[in-house]
Amino acid sequence: MGDNVIKLDYVIPGDDFSVAGEASSNVKKVLNQLGIPPFIVKKATISMYEAEINSVIHAGGGNAHVEIDNEKIVVEITDQGPGIPDIELAMQEGYSTAPDEIRELGFGAGMGLPNIKRYSDELEINTEVGKGTTVRITIRLKA
Amino acid sequence: MQNYFHSVTLDEKRCKGCTNCIKRCPTEAIRVRKSKARIIAERCIDCGECIRVCPQHAKKAITDPIETINSFKYKVAIPAPSLYGQFESKYSRNQILNALRRIGFDMVYEVAKAAEIVSSATRKLISEKNFKKPLISSACPAVVRLIQVRFPNLLDNILKLESPMEVAARIVKSEAAEKYKLAADEIGVFFISPCAAKVTSVKAPYEKEKSAVDGVISINDVYVKILLTMGKVKNGEELDLAGNEGISWAKPGGESIALGSDKFLAVDGIHNVISILEEIENDKLNDMEFVEALACTGGCLGGPLTVVNPYIARTRLKKHIEEARKKSKPDTGEKEYIQDLVWTGNVEYKPVMKLDEDFQKALKKLEALNQINKELPGLDCGACGAPSCRALAEDIVRGIANETDCIFKLREKVRSLAIQMMELEKKMPPVLDKDTNGHGDEDNNESR
Ligand SMILES: Nc1ncnc2c1ncn2[C@@H]1O[C@H](COP(=O)(O)OP(=O)(O)OP(=O)(O)O)[C@@H](O)[C@H]1O
Ligand code: SF4
Ligand SMILES: [Mg+2]
Repeated sequence: MGDNVIKLDYVIPGDDFSVAGEASSNVKKVLNQLGIPPFIVKKATISMYEAEINSVIHAGGGNAHVEIDNEKIVVEITDQGPGIPDIELAMQEGYSTAPDEIRELGFGAGMGLPNIKRYSDELEINTEVGKGTTVRITIRLKA
Repeated sequence: MQNYFHSVTLDEKRCKGCTNCIKRCPTEAIRVRKSKARIIAERCIDCGECIRVCPQHAKKAITDPIETINSFKYKVAIPAPSLYGQFESKYSRNQILNALRRIGFDMVYEVAKAAEIVSSATRKLISEKNFKKPLISSACPAVVRLIQVRFPNLLDNILKLESPMEVAARIVKSEAAEKYKLAADEIGVFFISPCAAKVTSVKAPYEKEKSAVDGVISINDVYVKILLTMGKVKNGEELDLAGNEGISWAKPGGESIALGSDKFLAVDGIHNVISILEEIENDKLNDMEFVEALACTGGCLGGPLTVVNPYIARTRLKKHIEEARKKSKPDTGEKEYIQDLVWTGNVEYKPVMKLDEDFQKALKKLEALNQINKELPGLDCGACGAPSCRALAEDIVRGIANETDCIFKLREKVRSLAIQMMELEKKMPPVLDKDTNGHGDEDNNESR
């Protein structure tokens, strides 16, 4: 007992805004099926949603890998996009490189990464310019 | 255990066991078993979507037959404003209301009038800035129940003020009691309803112990009666006391506009409502002050118990709204009610999707669910009686379905059994094999 790990994998398409957010919405269903307290579900799904959307608008899509065990939810969003040249800058509230047409869709407030920071218990970003980005978010189930 | 009352029910005789309803249900609350739809009570939110999509009209709403009004000495009708949209424009609102009274009521009081009181109370609440943004309207009980089962993080956003229907019932009761010296149980207040959700909110309220409404009659059931009576009423008593603000509640955006803020969003149709609630849950609509969410397309004018097409009804309602705007509103002094509209009960999260009380067991079940789901064809055809392959996988781990409920899995299994049988056939022991030993048959014939 106790060593159960749930692994979930999703492809995040880069060319279809109508399905952006679907992976995090599916994960929300799963977390509710597990009976995880609503406020933790919210922390996990908002962080995952922001990272998922980032991979769509900044990196042409990617993959989501989620692991859930007794103690934590770990979300890993990986893309093969342009990478982030200056993470510290990207983490600042209001900083965004989103082009105008993306802003018209309601994205590009520069709040995604700061929100992930706020809602997650651990955040790790591995990025290499020209290669891609991996955002790893950990949400603890126990205080 | 809790008892679940639901207005939405199945007419077994009519149901053919097709898959229309299971696919449209927003909470995956319907399964087909033995060629009949079954509604999972704790999941149903009474939105009436299945009533609308059923080609056999096998889903119905339990409402009170009009005869029930006779068990009260003093009978009051409180019609939803959506009633006005049902009749041709040549009829005035006052004609409709007087005709409604004539079919058997002693008094008629417009829910639209009470809606104005709720609007002022909401304006007050918003101006005090003491609420969680965005405030989500509680006008549609199906949406409140949807939040209870699917969006627990939004429970705090719900506007916890009594509905216009409840306020109307309270007002008429106290007025009638005072005016005619009647005891409370002698007065029967009946809501004339566009939907099943309102029936449930009267029979099993979530916001307080007991509803002030005594019965709910569907618009459908009074429609023809009103139409037939309409000719007989020319200039009845002035019953049309509501202003344009209250009448507008029948259409999407009506409740919002009355708030005098432009930071609102109005959404109608249960599936649209779900995507907006998702946005709110993802913190994407924090700049809104108010979200008006209505389960029916076209708002209450599109309620499952209404008669005419919601778009026609909206055009007709517009005329009543304009007329009310021009008319000066009589001050009937209900303002005093604003003070005590806050809910006494609390709406709680109903974790109906949870796989197991025990987290470890839930993890195990989820793992099994994912495994089973992977093996299913992923066609979401519905032939198994579940809305999707994943839902069937969920039912299997819950122990209420089998893998062979999937017709593709069944076929696979039949085929592999057939192959096994063929192989066994080849291995028949010589004594039983007809081809090598013909005597067996002769023996049998002789012994008969
Ligand atoms: N996966 C990624 N690949 C490349 N660049 C990224 C990625 N994620 C974020 N960035 C960069 O970091 C910036 C800040 O990201 P953040 O999510 O905070 O804001 P945003 O996506 O621009 O706007 P918002 O999230 O508010 O819609 C982005 O504008 C982009 O330049
Ligand atoms: S939108 Fe109106 S008619 Fe439809 S379920 Fe909600 S309250 Fe009833
Ligand atoms: Mg972002």
